[in-house]
Amino acid sequence: MTEVADVAIVGAGVVGCAIARDLARHGLAVTVIERAADVGEGTSKANTAILHTGFDTVPGSLESRLVSRGHHLCAAYAEEVGIAVEPTGALLVAWDDEQEAALPGLVEKARANGYDAAQCIDAAEVRRREPHLGPGARSGIEVPGESIIDPWSLTLALATEAVRANAALRLGSSVEGIEEGDDEHVLVLSDGRLRARWVINAAGLFSDRVDRMFGHDGFTVTPRRGQLIVFDKLARGLVSRILLPVPTERSKGVLVSPTVWGNVLVGPTAEDLEDRGDTATTEAGIAELMRAGRAILPPLLDEEVTATYAGLRAATADRDYQIRLHATQRYVCAGGIRSTGLTGSLAIAEHVADLLRSAGVVLDPRGDLGPPPSMPALGEAQRRPYQRADLIERDPEFGRLLCHCERATVGEVRDACRSEVPATDLAGVRRRTRAMNGRCQGFYCGAEVVALTAAETGRSVGELTRVDR
Amino acid sequence: MSGRSDGARSPADPDVLVVGAGPAGLSAAAELGRLGIAPVLVVDREPEPGGIPRHCHHAGFGLQDLRRAMSGPAYARRLTRLAADSGARLSLETTVTRVDPSGAVSLVSPSGLAELHPRVVLLATGARERPRSARLVPGDRPAGVFTTGQLQQWVHSHHLPVGRRAVVVGAEHVSFSAALTLREAGVETAAIVTDLPRHQTLGAFALASRALLRIPLLTSTRVVAVHGRGRVSAVEFEDRISGRRRTIGVDTVVFTGDWVPDHELVRRAGTRMDPATKGPLTDGGGQTSVIGIVAAGNLVHPAETAGSAALGGRRVAQRLAGRLRRGDVGRAVDGVEVQVDEPLAWAWPGIVRPDDVPVRVLLRTSAFTGRRTVSVEQAGRVLGRARLRHATPNRSLSIPGDWVADVDLLAGPIELRLV
Ligand SMILES: Cc1cc2nc3c(=O)[nH]c(=O)nc-3n(C[C@H](O)[C@H](O)[C@H](O)COP(=O)(O)OP(=O)(O)OC[C@H]3O[C@@H](n4cnc5c(N)ncnc54)[C@H](O)[C@@H]3O)c2cc1C
Ligand SMILES: Cc1cc2nc3c(=O)[nH]c(=O)nc-3n(C[C@H](O)[C@H](O)[C@H](O)COP(=O)(O)OP(=O)(O)OC[C@H]3O[C@@H](n4cnc5c(N)ncnc54)[C@H](O)[C@@H]3O)c2cc1C
Repeated sequence: MTEVADVAIVGAGVVGCAIARDLARHGLAVTVIERAADVGEGTSKANTAILHTGFDTVPGSLESRLVSRGHHLCAAYAEEVGIAVEPTGALLVAWDDEQEAALPGLVEKARANGYDAAQCIDAAEVRRREPHLGPGARSGIEVPGESIIDPWSLTLALATEAVRANAALRLGSSVEGIEEGDDEHVLVLSDGRLRARWVINAAGLFSDRVDRMFGHDGFTVTPRRGQLIVFDKLARGLVSRILLPVPTERSKGVLVSPTVWGNVLVGPTAEDLEDRGDTATTEAGIAELMRAGRAILPPLLDEEVTATYAGLRAATADRDYQIRLHATQRYVCAGGIRSTGLTGSLAIAEHVADLLRSAGVVLDPRGDLGPPPSMPALGEAQRRPYQRADLIERDPEFGRLLCHCERATVGEVRDACRSEVPATDLAGVRRRTRAMNGRCQGFYCGAEVVALTAAETGRSVGELTRVDR
Repeated sequence: MSGRSDGARSPADPDVLVVGAGPAGLSAAAELGRLGIAPVLVVDREPEPGGIPRHCHHAGFGLQDLRRAMSGPAYARRLTRLAADSGARLSLETTVTRVDPSGAVSLVSPSGLAELHPRVVLLATGARERPRSARLVPGDRPAGVFTTGQLQQWVHSHHLPVGRRAVVVGAEHVSFSAALTLREAGVETAAIVTDLPRHQTLGAFALASRALLRIPLLTSTRVVAVHGRGRVSAVEFEDRISGRRRTIGVDTVVFTGDWVPDHELVRRAGTRMDPATKGPLTDGGGQTSVIGIVAAGNLVHPAETAGSAALGGRRVAQRLAGRLRRGDVGRAVDGVEVQVDEPLAWAWPGIVRPDDVPVRVLLRTSAFTGRRTVSVEQAGRVLGRARLRHATPNRSLSIPGDWVADVDLLAGPIELRLV
């Protein structure tokens, strides 16, 4: 309790990690407090994994500005650290008169958002580009900049760089209250107390609660659930771009998208809930997605389903990012980052750094930072370890396949448990290596992966799988 | 005179590369060796040969093909010995990552990457049980959800703790085997549930294991959700007749049966697939629509007993050996397709021609049926009829194949239906 952090960041989602990385690389002593046992365990792990251009955001909003800036920053960053990104482009497809009539307006809106590459294309051209589209597809808009990304490695890379720049990552610790002080605040944690001069709220679904700890009542988060279905890799050939619906007032609608892991996604739904932890899928949700999938890309339904999951958007009433500087309280809120936060993360971090500067915090880029980390190659368009003779020759564990469906090797699982931001549980191993994320969901490798994870993390299998004895 | 990649072949290349050292692949290799085909190389991605039986610790393997009952692991060892004794080479921890339609095969193992150009690739990659996600069972994603394959390795190969109380979803052979494994692991089975009106295993087996284990069997019951955030806390069911729902508190759920072939390699090689079995379309000799690729075992029609898979591998090997000796492997499958009408689910072989008469044709139904007659027709002409015993979903029946001699190659598909 003697040390005082320059900045305490609440939440190690993609937003908190991006901010931590930026500030730590500018010489601040940063501590990130995260309730979960791993980074990226909240909304950042369960989303649609698209690097948006921001063509359909609300013109003039903060989100619009940060998403289009974030898109460029994020694409460059992914390239630099080896995170899988594929610039597939998107095709927004109209299915009836009303939707067709909305298309020119969307192109206008894209321009207003500073995105000039969106173009209307006719029905024949739509079908030529995506021949497996269902009957009834009409004209559409081509959005060449939309890309797909590996969201898990993004959060992980940001956290890794933050840690390398000496940020402290306090996992499994929850912020329960804040005692504001004149020179420093005391954060009351589930496992102790932490002193910090500044506090940054990147608590996602709980960002309104942390905001209230500072006495504000500016916004309320409503969890908006999005369920998704992941189809087998053998479906990947059916679609080459992200297929977007015409958005409605409430949601971007159900899309069909390839993933960088070589699968095809259908989702998300949009359901307002009360429970901020309810990431269950439902019969109605899955039925809705199967209906949508069948209409958009009929042959998709002949393929096997690999996984289903759900994520919660931190939706707020005024439908923009809730980023505010409270300089006298030495507090920045970076909450309510609802449906574009992956894309926006690096620009949000930049923006938060600017806000701190404007409040007189000195931020000098450090000169002693090493080269960027090199993230594990998990994308199908990358060269995976099992494909690399050089790597296998140096270390045969990269030629020893553990998860056959995803072709994850013993070497990768081992390294994931030994990395700077290590996997400490099965979910962490899955996100860092893809092991067990494939079509068999552990039929072949489940026992092996669990046994290796237990050996590498020093935890028992009973603990890892929560067997109550 | 042989496979298409002769130009690229080197002395290191086997005549036949068998992919998968399960009952089908090992039996095929042993038979090829016995019939004088060499060199034969068998590769498997696992560290131990034997396929699924490696981790099936109960007795009952070997009766059909070796005429001796033994445990799964003993059976796996026995088949491995027979293949080795016949001269086949075995390479473990070796994964085939790609079979190119031209016949080139890419492999990876701890010793590096390799490419082989065998004259024939015999795929025997087996089948897996559909996991919970593929069955679209909604709810949370807690730990404690298994398939039988995962459970058996968990318990028998790694001796890991499972849980306290389980539900077994499915009531085919393998479901009862899951219940036995649960008992060995000290887990109480609260119920075996099937959405069909009856169980689908042998009556004696079901009776014996249920009496032994005193497990209630819930029929016409559908799983509608898995609950629990961290760990399974309950499973929710719906009675398909009354529509009534109820929840049973358990910490473990095992999804059993509901097989799907491990067909990625064969599909990516460009073979035509049978939409009903989800395996490759083949003739009675396992020949697929791609020259130089044959297929056997559970990959082709899932799932049979290990003995049937082994006998199937042997049969494919015999036909293949004959063709290799005649120098005739440069042929894709040809013939007419066999189609089925509900409640028949599929028939194998999916392609027949009159000069290739199988001894038996296998059939599956999607519903229980009484004694019925199968009518085999082509363009309205009846080629044959056969009496069936009671049919049970998830279990194969067979009829004689003599009608294949009368197939007209120009008269379109064969249709099988119950009359
Ligand atoms: C269905 C769906 C689809 C989406 N698709 C996309 C997309 O395609 N592209 C895109 O760019 N964005 C997308 N998003 C949005 C994106 O996922 C989010 O905007 C982003 O992940 C938000 O990150 P975050 O760090 O703000 O929140 P989170 O990832 O939720 O992180 C907040 C963290 O704070 C922790 N925390 C909260 N309270 C406390 C406390 N008191 N003490 C300690 N820790 C605390 C939580 O445990 C959590 O880990 C999607 C979202 C959803 C739900
Ligand atoms: C849990 C369970 C219990 C069972 N119990 C019984 C029983 O009691 N009695 C009975 O008769 N039958 C039983 N069966 C069924 C029986 O085990 C199978 O029918 C039989 O194993 C099928 O044989 P196969 O050779 O076709 O496939 P498998 O046994 O599945 O063998 C396929 C092999 O191919 C390998 N392989 C796959 N892809 C590749 C690749 N790309 N590269 C390299 N290698 C690859 C796999 O590692 C595997 O070893 C059971 C099945 C299960 C799952």
